[in-house]
Amino acid sequence: MDLDYAPAPESAATGRLAERYLPFIDGAFVEGNGPDLTSMNPATGQALTTVSTVSGDDLDVAVAAARRAQSRVWARMPGIERGKYLFRIARLIAERSRELAVVETLDNGKPIIETRDFDVPTAAQHFFHHAGWADKLQHLGLGRAPQPLGVAGQVIPWNFPLLMAAWKIAPALAAGNTVVIKPAETTSVSILVLAEILAEAELPPGVVNIVPGAGDIGAALVTHDGLDKVAFTGSTEVGRSIQAALAGTGRPLTLELGGKGANIVLEDAAIDQAVEGVVNGIFFNQGQVCCAGSRLLLQESIAEEFLERLKARVDTLRVGDPMDKNTDVGAINSEQQYAKITALVEAGRDEGAELWTTSCPLPEQGWFVPPTILSNASPTMRIAREEIFGPVLTVMTFRTPDEALSKANNTTYGLSAGIWTDKGSKAMAMAAGLRAGVVWDNTFNRFDPTAPFGGYRESGFGREGGRTGMAAYLEADEAEED
Amino acid sequence: MATGTLLDVARDEASLRHLLLGLPPVDPVGLEARAASLATRSIKKQSKLAAIDLAISMVDLTTLEGADTPGKVSNLCRKALRPDPGVPDTPRPAAVCVYPDMAATAVEALAGSEVLVASVATAFPAGRSSLEVKLADTRLAVESGADEVDMVIDRGAFLSGRWGVVLEQIQQVKQACGEARLKVILETGELATYDNIRRASWLALVAGGDFIKTSTGKVSPAATLPVLHVMLQAVKDFRDLTGEQRGVKPAGGIRTTKDAIRHLVAVGEVAGTDWLDPHWFRFGASSVLNDLIMQRRTQTEGGYWGPDHVTVD
Repeated sequence: MDLDYAPAPESAATGRLAERYLPFIDGAFVEGNGPDLTSMNPATGQALTTVSTVSGDDLDVAVAAARRAQSRVWARMPGIERGKYLFRIARLIAERSRELAVVETLDNGKPIIETRDFDVPTAAQHFFHHAGWADKLQHLGLGRAPQPLGVAGQVIPWNFPLLMAAWKIAPALAAGNTVVIKPAETTSVSILVLAEILAEAELPPGVVNIVPGAGDIGAALVTHDGLDKVAFTGSTEVGRSIQAALAGTGRPLTLELGGKGANIVLEDAAIDQAVEGVVNGIFFNQGQVCCAGSRLLLQESIAEEFLERLKARVDTLRVGDPMDKNTDVGAINSEQQYAKITALVEAGRDEGAELWTTSCPLPEQGWFVPPTILSNASPTMRIAREEIFGPVLTVMTFRTPDEALSKANNTTYGLSAGIWTDKGSKAMAMAAGLRAGVVWDNTFNRFDPTAPFGGYRESGFGREGGRTGMAAYLEADEAEED
Repeated sequence: MATGTLLDVARDEASLRHLLLGLPPVDPVGLEARAASLATRSIKKQSKLAAIDLAISMVDLTTLEGADTPGKVSNLCRKALRPDPGVPDTPRPAAVCVYPDMAATAVEALAGSEVLVASVATAFPAGRSSLEVKLADTRLAVESGADEVDMVIDRGAFLSGRWGVVLEQIQQVKQACGEARLKVILETGELATYDNIRRASWLALVAGGDFIKTSTGKVSPAATLPVLHVMLQAVKDFRDLTGEQRGVKPAGGIRTTKDAIRHLVAVGEVAGTDWLDPHWFRFGASSVLNDLIMQRRTQTEGGYWGPDHVTVD
C-alpha cells in the first residue's frame, strides 16, 4: 500500500508579515527615498509585501551614521560589552526562529524544513560564535591589539538571505566595525525582521544599517567613499566589476562569488551515503548554492549503477509547497532565475547531454524546476562550465583519480569540491590536488562558523568563519612585543 | 553480479566471502544523518490514521519471558483478536510471537482467525547450542503449528568470520521450517558495525530467510532507525538483483506511535511502498500496540485517552 502524506503546512500567520517594510538607518525604521519594490512569494508568483528602498542620499546618511557609531560608540566599547550585544542577538534569533523560518520560506521559496533546521539555527550559531571572539581579539594571532577597520559596506545575495546577513554582520561587529548592508532585491524581508531584533537588543544606533535596494544601490554602496572595507557575496560578473571599481583605492575587499563544484565519487565509496551526499550537494536549496556540487564525476566502473541509484533516490524527493513540512525541494527564487535555469537545461540537451527529470508532479503556479540530471555530459558543454544555480546536476565520468582531479580542476572557479571514498589516504591525496577553497570528505554542504569558507580564482577571495574570517575585519597590530 | 553467482555462493565459502566483502561500505555519519532527517517527516490527519492502522496490522504481539504461562499466552492471543474491545473495527495484529513450548497454546487460542502464530527457535535468544538442538527447537515450533519461525544466527560464528557456518545453519533451519516462513534474527546490537549488519543481512537473504529481523529484544541497542535503513536497503538491493522480495522486522525498543510511524516512513522511502504490507514488514513489539490504540482513538474520537482505557495484556 501507499503511505500518502497529508498536507502538513506550517502556518503563514506565524511569520507575522507586515504590509510594508522600511530601511533601518541609524537605529530607526525610516522611509527610503527610492522606489518601492514588491517582494514576491516564489511559490505562488504572487506579491508578498512591499519594501521601501533607499536612494543615494539615504546611503550617505547611513554611511555617516555608521561612521559616527563606529568612532564614538562601538570601537570604544570594551569587547566584552560588544559580545553581550551579539549574544543577545543570537538568543533573540533563536527565540523568534519559527517566525524567521516562515518569513524566509515565504520570501525566498526554500522549503520550511531547510529554514527551520538550517538557515535560522545556523544564523544564530554565527552570532553565538562571533560573540565569543569579541573579547578575545588578542588571541587571533594578529598581535596584541588588532584594530577594527571602520565602516564596512556589505552586499549579500538572495539564496540564504538571513544566514548571509549573519555571516557578514557578526564578524564585523565582533571586531568593532559598524556596517551598512544591502540585501538582495528579491529577499529583503528576513533581514528587516532581523532589524527588529537588533532594535529589541538595543544595539546602539548606527552600528548596523540596512539599506534595501536594487543593483544600482549595491553599486553605489560598494564604491562609497566613506567605507573602510567592502564585502560582497554574489555573482562573479558583479564581483569582477566591484574589484575593478575599487582597484587603487586600497580599500580591503572580500568577494565570495560563483562556483561549479565537483563531487567526485570513487568506486570504493560508501555508495548509499554517496548518493545521499550527491543529492544534498545539488538539490539542497534547489541548487541555488554557490558551493553546490553541480558537477558529478563518477568513476566509470560504478557509473551506470550509481546513476540508476541516484535517479531512484531523486525520484523520492518531494517537490512542492515550500511551507509544507514534508517538502524537500521548493521554488526557485525568482522568475529571472527560473528562466536562466531552464535556458541552460535546454542548452545542455541541445549539446547532446541526456536529460532526466523526476516524476514528482510540480505545483501549477510558482517558479518550480524539477530536480534534473544531465548525464553523458562532457567538459565542452556549457552545462559543465557555467554555473546554473538551480536543481540541475551535470554528470561526467572518469577512469582514474588523476583524471578525476584534472576534470574537477578544469573550471575557472575554485570554491568547493567533494570526495567520496572509504579510503582515507586516497581522500587526503585527492584533497591536496583539488583547487577549491572547501573540500568535503564523505559529506557535502556542511557549514560551521568555526570553519573558514571561501574560494579562489573566479570564486573570489577572502574567508568567512573561523579565525581567518575575523582577520578579514581587523587590522593586525604589528607593534613589537615587550 | 548475476543471480547465478548468488546461488553459487551457497556452495562455496570463498565466493560467499567474495560476495560479503564486496558489498559497498556503509558510512555511519552519512547513514545516521539520513535516518535523522527522514525522521522529521510530519504525518498528520488522515495519513496518521492510515499509518496507525497499518502499523497495528504489522505488529507481532510478543511475549518472550521465562515466566510465560499458558494463561499469559492465552490472554495475549485474546488481545490480538480484540485489540480494542470498545472499537471492534480496530485492525488485528499480524501475529502473536511466543517461545516454542507455548506455540501450541497460541495456535489453539487463535484457531480460526487470520492472526498468525510466530515462534522463536534455535536456542533463542543466545543461539548458543548445537545445530541438532536448534533444529529440534525449530521442529517443536513447526509441529506445534507455528506459521512463522524466528531464528537467531550464531553471532559468535559470524564475528569470527565463519560465515559458511552461519549460512549452513540458516539453510538447515529453513529446511526444518517446511511451509513456515523463516525470520532470521541478526541481533544487530551484537554485530556492532553497520558494515557487519549489511553483510549479515545479505548472508541471511542468500541463505533463504524470508525475513531479516533486527533483534531478540534481549540485547541493547535493539532496533534503531539507521540499522533499519541498512536492512531495508539490503532487501531492496536483493530484489533488484534477484527479483525476489523478502521482509524486514525491527524488534525491541519500538514503544510509541511516533516510533512506529518513523519506521513506516523509512520503509516507504528507503525500500519502497511495496514493503508497506504486513506480509513484508512487521514490528516485533508488545507495548507499542496499546499506544497505537490510544492514538487511534485520539484520531477518530478527538479526545485523548489515558492508559486505563486500553486493556493490559
